[in-house]
Amino acid sequence: MDHGPAVKLGVDHAQKKKSRLGVKLFIVYSIVYTIFVAIGIIDYTIMGKIVLGDQNLAIVYGLGLIILAVVMGVIYNAICTKYENELNKEEK
Amino acid sequence: MIYEASMIAVILFVAFVVLVLGLSFYFAGKTKSSSDYFAAGGSVHWAVNGIAFAGDYLSAASFLGICGMIAYSGYDGFLYSIGYLAGWIVALFLVAEPMKRLGKFTFTDALDYKFNSRAIQLTAAISTLIVSIFYLIPQMVGAGVLVTPLLGLEHHWGVIIVGVIVIFIVATAGMTSTTYVQFLKGGLLIIFSTVLAFYIFNNGLNLNPSTENQEYHEYISLSPIMEDGKVISVDGYNVATQIEVKGHNIVKLEKEGINRWFNIVEEEGTTKLSEMLSITTTEEGKLYNGEVKENKKFYQVGHMSKIILDGEEVSETGPLGPMKFLSTIGASELVRFAKIKFTDGDNKIVAWYQNVTSGADMLKPGLKFKIGEGSNFWTKLNFVSLMLALFLGTASLPHILIRYYTVPSQRDARKSTILAIAAIGGFYILTLFMGLGSAIGGVLDPESSNMSAPLLAKAFGVGIFSIISAIAFATILGTVSGLIVASSGAIAHDFIDQYLGKNLTDGAKVKAGKIAALRVGVIAIILGISFKGMNVSFLVGWAFAVAASANLPAILMLLFWKKTTAKGIAWSIVTGITAALGIILTSPTMWDRYGLDKADAPHMLDNPAIISVTLALLVLIFVSLATQKDNEGLEDVA
Repeated sequence: MDHGPAVKLGVDHAQKKKSRLGVKLFIVYSIVYTIFVAIGIIDYTIMGKIVLGDQNLAIVYGLGLIILAVVMGVIYNAICTKYENELNKEEK
Repeated sequence: MIYEASMIAVILFVAFVVLVLGLSFYFAGKTKSSSDYFAAGGSVHWAVNGIAFAGDYLSAASFLGICGMIAYSGYDGFLYSIGYLAGWIVALFLVAEPMKRLGKFTFTDALDYKFNSRAIQLTAAISTLIVSIFYLIPQMVGAGVLVTPLLGLEHHWGVIIVGVIVIFIVATAGMTSTTYVQFLKGGLLIIFSTVLAFYIFNNGLNLNPSTENQEYHEYISLSPIMEDGKVISVDGYNVATQIEVKGHNIVKLEKEGINRWFNIVEEEGTTKLSEMLSITTTEEGKLYNGEVKENKKFYQVGHMSKIILDGEEVSETGPLGPMKFLSTIGASELVRFAKIKFTDGDNKIVAWYQNVTSGADMLKPGLKFKIGEGSNFWTKLNFVSLMLALFLGTASLPHILIRYYTVPSQRDARKSTILAIAAIGGFYILTLFMGLGSAIGGVLDPESSNMSAPLLAKAFGVGIFSIISAIAFATILGTVSGLIVASSGAIAHDFIDQYLGKNLTDGAKVKAGKIAALRVGVIAIILGISFKGMNVSFLVGWAFAVAASANLPAILMLLFWKKTTAKGIAWSIVTGITAALGIILTSPTMWDRYGLDKADAPHMLDNPAIISVTLALLVLIFVSLATQKDNEGLEDVA
């Protein structure tokens, strides 16, 4: 069969640890996202309440979800790189 | 609206097209093997790939559709930005590295990695084609939308021009040229959207949004003499007709042989006639505010009606910072224009009345999605279903997934995804400002929400408008190229080579890919012309729902559930596609498209994801459990 990567990849001993970390972070973000959607359908007027500076919850939560994705991505990369450097040392 | 072409815009557009075609020629000579054609040889730098991801993903839906939806419906449009970005979390944490590890040219490769199943090869190839075509429709509609103000051509010419250029890009150098076109376009889009945002902040808020480049029409308010709720007379006008349409009492006034419509409103205890915009379709043709199109009496809309800055009412604010811009809108009032349709004798009328909206309502959900007042079970389910589709759709889009094959390693796949999230997230934050800036900038075209951001740029000057429009056009070129590469891979690699077992030579596979690209391009042109007029972001919401239903349960269960079988995956894909398409084709929006009454649609669900994704997942689990024997002796990928 003609599958598998187009370029040859080395063995990645950190794969399982990275995968477990990814699942954990995914669950955290999913919970935050679900709460956002839930507020919308349970009582959307809460979204209009001023919560930070002069900004309402909708603005703060919405921008927060975007910024949180970037921050979690950077943290994930840093930890994954650390795993790779530790566990793939011999391969190098 | 009446558009006029700008020479600078035409020159910039032509220059960009020449650049893109030059790039394609350049890379054509370097594209020798199928790996070069379908995966850019797997040698693209992660940073280039990250921005190319952004270029691929920030489609017409993001730039034209979301900005337009925010301009018309406030925060509800921004929900698309939030959902689209959140979807990258699924791609980064769950899908990016396994996709790189398991696949070669297409996402079918990854699904089929351990099974070598003809059922998966066929169903995944069909799924790729259907999702890509659903995604192609809004891009092509966007192309048609842009070409009118940019080049002064009709909608269908925009669709044809994009179709032909993209077929050329893909047919010459495949993924290599596509990658660099996307990189270029992604970078330019983010840079110039930031520039546009600075224009918005510098301009601040103003009760009269006229600029030195554009005069805003001052909407008039008349004082009628009333008797028993009827308009008896109006100074300077003859009263022609008074009718009630969906709770609005409106009156037709005649002056110097020209008929115009006004909405009867109560303002501070007195009755006023508020000016409307209208398009009247008569047997002789269309009249814009009672006059022929050439008289240019059909105006742009959207302005502030009250500005409260730091607790005081002002007529203008001067430059504002981003957060102050939002909070000032939140404390103020603006005028949106809402559409109603009715008949007047033999004439069909589409009219827009002024709808004063508080800034606080504009900055929270509820203007488009009925989740508060007037909501019911179906409207809330629609909202949840859309947010689910946006969250799960990104990691299921074939044209996004194949970009993981263009980088050298899993680490590069991960790093390019994070760069993409940062670039795309930054852009989506800008959509909030571009959309709101359009809403209050006196630039909106009542006939089409899609042109909001380019028209806002036009108010600031023809130079920035030309650049923004050329980039918007490039936005479509980049995304459509990616979609056609994905479709071409599904046909040449998954279907012909794998499923039919033709064992094509490397050269034959590239040739088959190019022929497939040509055919898909022609189909895209036809669909782009057929779907003229629909909001592009709304259409992309459907593409996400189909992708999430057809592909995501299969991808995630393959990666995280060891009992997943080939038959489970194939049946899950079939179920996801069938359920999603079935719900979409019988939805109220499609009923309206068929010319039927929305209320007569078999169900009230416009977005299918909540049902179709669940069904696809359940079918995968049940079929896999029933076919466990098939997995004996197979290696695990989880």
